[in-house]
Amino acid sequence: MGRKLLLEKAHIENIRLYDVYRQHGGYQSVEKALKSMSPDQVTEEVKKSGLRGRGGAGFPTGMKWSFLAKPEGVPRYLVVNADESEPGTFKDRYLMEFIPHLLIEGMITASYALGSTRSFIYIRGEYAWIVDILEQAIAEARSNGWLGKNILGSGFDLDIHVQRGAGAYICGEETALLESLEGKRGNPRIKPPFPAVKGLWDCPTVVNNVETIAAVVPIINEGGEEYAKIGVGKSTGTKLISACGNINKPGVYEIDMTISVEDFIYSDEYCGGIANGRKLKACIPGGSSVPILPANLLLKTAKGETRYMNYESLSDGGFATGSMMGSGGFIVLDDSQCVVKHTYTLARFYRHESCGQCSPCREGTGWMEKILLSLETGKGKMSDIDLLWDIQRKIEGNTICPLGDAAAWPVAAAIRHFRDEFEWHVTNPEDAVRRNYGIGRYADPVMVPAG
Amino acid sequence: MNEVQGIISRYPQGKQKSALIPVLHLAQQDFGGWLSTETMDYVASVLNLKPIEVYEVATFYSMFNLKPVGKYMFEVCQTGPCMLNGSDDIVKYIYETLGIKPGETTADGLFTLKTVECLGACGYAPMMQQGKYYREHLTKEKIDSIIAECRSIAASSN
Repeated sequence: MGRKLLLEKAHIENIRLYDVYRQHGGYQSVEKALKSMSPDQVTEEVKKSGLRGRGGAGFPTGMKWSFLAKPEGVPRYLVVNADESEPGTFKDRYLMEFIPHLLIEGMITASYALGSTRSFIYIRGEYAWIVDILEQAIAEARSNGWLGKNILGSGFDLDIHVQRGAGAYICGEETALLESLEGKRGNPRIKPPFPAVKGLWDCPTVVNNVETIAAVVPIINEGGEEYAKIGVGKSTGTKLISACGNINKPGVYEIDMTISVEDFIYSDEYCGGIANGRKLKACIPGGSSVPILPANLLLKTAKGETRYMNYESLSDGGFATGSMMGSGGFIVLDDSQCVVKHTYTLARFYRHESCGQCSPCREGTGWMEKILLSLETGKGKMSDIDLLWDIQRKIEGNTICPLGDAAAWPVAAAIRHFRDEFEWHVTNPEDAVRRNYGIGRYADPVMVPAG
Repeated sequence: MNEVQGIISRYPQGKQKSALIPVLHLAQQDFGGWLSTETMDYVASVLNLKPIEVYEVATFYSMFNLKPVGKYMFEVCQTGPCMLNGSDDIVKYIYETLGIKPGETTADGLFTLKTVECLGACGYAPMMQQGKYYREHLTKEKIDSIIAECRSIAASSN
């Protein structure tokens, strides 16, 4: 149905190998950029494309690149963020595992645009076998003249190195990532200065997500304007969605952001409907940090309009009735699932991953986890629900990095949309231990697609 | 040591502290799957760092084990998407089969069970990390065969 730009060739046998990748048009964007474009022209194409950061924040990539300071005699760095750790998100893994040369190709062109001669891929430590895949791709690229000195006679030099993390969600935050890459604890830095001015080893640095850098390849090949024609409004190009939870076909899908949420869930081309013949109860559409939505608000906005899989439509209604595109981690809950328990596992995740620097996050995430556990196990009080609400509000906006917000939002949205389910856990403590609340009144208007 | 020098050469002159996490991974792999104080002190001397610089990093990252672990670690993901697909049952089944709770090691030193937070395999849940690789779409039968596989490798390497 939709156009594929990143995963179009991912199914080709042995596409992981350089020769196969090259035969299928690989590394053409590097030839085009290094032979016929200036670094600024590459940045200009990325700006025209409207590409937005695919890691979760959705910040315009071309603008981020143009903020990079260029003082004389100071090295600049490109660091690719492959620390994919947001629950529900496994798209970068797919891309690196199956079509690693796409990332390397994008990195060469991006490094050329930014003037980085030593670029890094910071990958989460658990993706240990993918490190081998990337290192093999880098070695192949090097032996075929795409890395090293004076690439294609352009005078541009580049080395790419892979750095493994060691199990810390916080290192997906760009300044924590840079601290970790410098061999320190992953404590986020106070901004400003932003990495564009003072990043890796205090030098100007751009940190971009894997998928963002991979998207540079089709942008240079086809031109920024062509890329911007795909999608809708400010959601240009294609987006990888990693779908999981209670669906028939979990996996990584490339969408062109004009598809409706309903089609994405129920069509056989994507999620293939809810597993085990159950009904849709709720969904977190953009990774665990973004607000959960009950089925009715997921499929249609509060105004009753169809909701689409793009940045604007998913956030329609703000946090009151909308959510976010985030990282594209699409988590589906069927009608047998317990929102309190699910929220508890997320709260536990954020408590575990808080770096401990800021008191509201360090203490608040622990309190939320404890209260949610006592509610889930039938030991909660009605006042605990208001206490939870109060704690999340005191975390949000009061921390150095967005992990605090990321921990607060899922709790806030769960209470906002599923308060009756929380109350049921208090009024029916024995039932709360034995069984789940079920679909509840919020999900009644679930739409079953025609046909 | 050659490997350590190779890692240090990735960074500009004087920035060898950046090699710390990769070198700790190597050290953990080579010194029995965990980092003792002696191992960390050794890493500090190799990279010309103060021991405290190594301790503060080793204690921050959850992949570094600061206590001895079994030969085979079962690191079962229990975050949201895996929970939705029955990770609780997997943890329970490992407990029933091996008699170890999260954080414990079997008496023969072969298996350690650990519960971990999201490993980025949500579409292939429930799952666990075992050594370098992921074991996905777990079922009780699959756990049985993984345990048998580990036992037979251990027996043949003795």
